[in-house]
Amino acid sequence: MLEIKNLRVAVGGKEILKGINLSVNAGEVHAVMGPNGSGKSTLAQVLAGHPTFQVIEGEVTYEGRNLLEMMPEDRAKEGVFMAFQYPVEIPGVSNAYFLRSAYNEIRKHRGEEELDAMEFLKLLRQRAKLMNIDESLLNRPVNEGFSGGEKKKNEVFQMAVLEPKLAILDETDSGLDIDALKVVAEGVNQLRRPERATVLITHYQRILNYITPDYVHVLVDGKIVRSGGKELALELEEKGYDWVREKEAVPAGA
Amino acid sequence: MTTTLVSPNLTVPEKAHYIADFELFNKNGATVAPAWVRQLRQKGFARFAEMNFPTMKDEEWKYTSVAPIVKVPFRLAVEYPSGVLAKTEIEGRFFGQPGWPRLVFVNGIFSRELSSISGLPKGVLVKSLGEALKENPELVEPYLGKYARLDDSIFAALGTAFLQDGAFVYLPTGVVLEKPAHLLFVSTAEKEATVVHPRILVVAEAGSRGTVIENHFGKSGQPYFSNVVTEIVVGEEASVEHYKLQREDENGFHIATTEVFQKRASRYAGFTLDAGAQLGRNTHRVVLDGPEVDCRLNGLYFAAGKQHIDNHTAIEHRFPNGKSFEVYKGIVDGRARAVYNGKVFVRQAAQKTDSKQTNKNLILSDLATVDTKPQLEIFADDVKCTHGATVGQLDESAIFYLTARGISRPNAARLLTFGFANDVLNHIELEPMRVELEAELLARLEASSVAK
Repeated sequence: MLEIKNLRVAVGGKEILKGINLSVNAGEVHAVMGPNGSGKSTLAQVLAGHPTFQVIEGEVTYEGRNLLEMMPEDRAKEGVFMAFQYPVEIPGVSNAYFLRSAYNEIRKHRGEEELDAMEFLKLLRQRAKLMNIDESLLNRPVNEGFSGGEKKKNEVFQMAVLEPKLAILDETDSGLDIDALKVVAEGVNQLRRPERATVLITHYQRILNYITPDYVHVLVDGKIVRSGGKELALELEEKGYDWVREKEAVPAGA
Repeated sequence: MTTTLVSPNLTVPEKAHYIADFELFNKNGATVAPAWVRQLRQKGFARFAEMNFPTMKDEEWKYTSVAPIVKVPFRLAVEYPSGVLAKTEIEGRFFGQPGWPRLVFVNGIFSRELSSISGLPKGVLVKSLGEALKENPELVEPYLGKYARLDDSIFAALGTAFLQDGAFVYLPTGVVLEKPAHLLFVSTAEKEATVVHPRILVVAEAGSRGTVIENHFGKSGQPYFSNVVTEIVVGEEASVEHYKLQREDENGFHIATTEVFQKRASRYAGFTLDAGAQLGRNTHRVVLDGPEVDCRLNGLYFAAGKQHIDNHTAIEHRFPNGKSFEVYKGIVDGRARAVYNGKVFVRQAAQKTDSKQTNKNLILSDLATVDTKPQLEIFADDVKCTHGATVGQLDESAIFYLTARGISRPNAARLLTFGFANDVLNHIELEPMRVELEAELLARLEASSVAK
């Protein structure tokens, strides 16, 4: 589904990703772990199409297409979804209105009929219930005045509504209390299907108690320095990132 | 009184047509009025004679030139137009609520035929001011002309000189008017450039409650000038919701002076929409003349093409425990210019004042201009006052957020602009009004450069 080859990315002239290789197949959940400043969020944002980042080298293929040449909206319409680390507030636009706009643009792209306000509200309510999300959230302006936990839950809720093929979660677990963490994990697990894939970017092993990844990758200083199964996360939790750094002889603090 | 006619400022050519019309106006049998009204007119005329039209050297008109108004020899609209145009034009202006009591004025003159007033609670008056001057002078005289300051506005003075018709809304003590009083002012200058001076007086006695909609629009082949003066008195513990919609056409010039006086524990919620006119200016002043007063002042303005829209507001806290919350937002496109000046005065006695004032502008084109100046003057020491103003373009991080959800860039820009303005519309308490303005906002966005 997703094939990243030797991806090098810079922001403001500074190289952040220094040759990433990653292959994600349908049905898989990949956890990408790494310390602060390792380039985790850059990877997520590049995949979503954030305009700030310059791709220096490498390629990203998504379902056989060159992802890097696609506009952010086209990536989303083709089923790529990134849960933002810092969701943006949109005053004056209700969550429901925003999601219907997005949902219908995606439907239109697929040649499906758009849903009217009533039909869509029904769908929203049903998903909110499934996700254990308070209905009052639907009528509030997008993320405005939301607590940190509400914002992250709202990202996962959007994911549940838009049903992407490839979900990229950018530190969605950071700063969550245990209840919010469970809601987020539940959302990801519910979306787990043979035809879908998830890339879970995280600093901590904690969320992996609730989501069992198929693969774990460790990103240090813009490179994936180790890959393995779920037990790698536990090892990392126990020994810390310095252990990988030493092992790979990557200069500390990079 | 004729001695005022020799004042030197009268010799300036830009006043000539107003002077000629004032003489005709005084001779016209249709303008017959009680002595106190004639005196009020003379007072207005005397002030008009003494003053000069403002220039951009005047602090209050620093960013707005009235030269385009001054140079047109506007004549007083005296004729009621054929009516055909007006009739078709006013349909669809009722917010889907034809049952609301309404007064319709065509070129400043009351139209009985187009108006409809029935089912008002006992003692409530929603009627032509011209008629009220004759039939209810005891209710009008104590208030009319007592609040509109003539000393600092040549336009209020001019409007007072030509005071003849307009609307009078009267709410007796303790009475609730559930349906909004809808006042429609249509301008249709057909043959020559004309001026109208609509006058509005709203008196809400103690403990009463009601809503007034001031709805100005034009459909004109000629330049026209709508010079509005509105006085609103909100009695003790009374509550008035006031909507002022300005949708003059591209030939229209609109200058409005709104003076609100609030007594103890009263509530006033004003909302102003500017969506039309080539030059529009609102001077909106509220005096909190008693303790425990609640004042809301919100506004939304669209300026596109070569429009010039100016909002000057002033809120004066005179007594303790007053609240005032003000949000004005503007969307400025094309080569348009928007001006905002908001003053909040907190007098020494006005302790425990809680005041917040915000002005936000969204600029959609490189050629659009905004001048904004929030001002706070505090003479009391125990108050909570904040103010702020912003001028900006669409937020790129928000655009990315929306596009990353599959929304195309033009739609993302439209959605953000909608949200920006809708934030103010959400303050509107009158549901049919909010629904209509929301639809109008969406339609406007389709036509703006955001959609391209």
